[in-house]
Amino acid sequence: MIAAAAVVLVVSMAMVLVRALRGPTLYDRILAANHMGSSAVLLIAVYGFFDGRPEFLDIALAYALINFIATIAVLKYFAYGDLGAAGVREERNDA
Amino acid sequence: MPDILADLLLGIGILFTLAGSLGMLRFPDFYTRLHAAGVTETLGMIAIVTGLMLKTESSGTLVRLVFIGVFMLVTVPIASHALAKAARHGGVRPALREEE
Repeated sequence: MIAAAAVVLVVSMAMVLVRALRGPTLYDRILAANHMGSSAVLLIAVYGFFDGRPEFLDIALAYALINFIATIAVLKYFAYGDLGAAGVREERNDA
Repeated sequence: MPDILADLLLGIGILFTLAGSLGMLRFPDFYTRLHAAGVTETLGMIAIVTGLMLKTESSGTLVRLVFIGVFMLVTVPIASHALAKAARHGGVRPALREEE
């Protein structure tokens, strides 16, 4: 079942990659990138078990941290055009 | 018995992962795709990580799996929320049914 999980995760990542390439808006692509990162975390963990080397979980943990920070950073960059922005503007302008 | 349970949980995780990716590929607009991805990802991730927990005997591996599970349980919904908020402020409109 572990092998099946690995195969399904790869297939699912391929489907998400299609969405990332085709996605009409920027946010579709960011969503696809985020989703691929999460699938990669699970794939690394599952592959570690499949190979009998659960030490891979450390890599998966680091990957999960980087994936979350990267998503938030990309979103902030596209919202403000600047990663150092304080980020209190939009409640006033768009609400 | 734990082996059967682990395989069952991995199967559930597989099902949800596949359903989420299919929804992401097929749904009509950004918000529905976000819904498909975020919700199924959380549940599928929990199922797969719990299934792996039942397959290990070492306590270090177990602790790492708990860390991964808890961390993703917190961050996946936060990332989905941030994406939805950014898309709304960025001017992405949901595809609504035409009212006559």
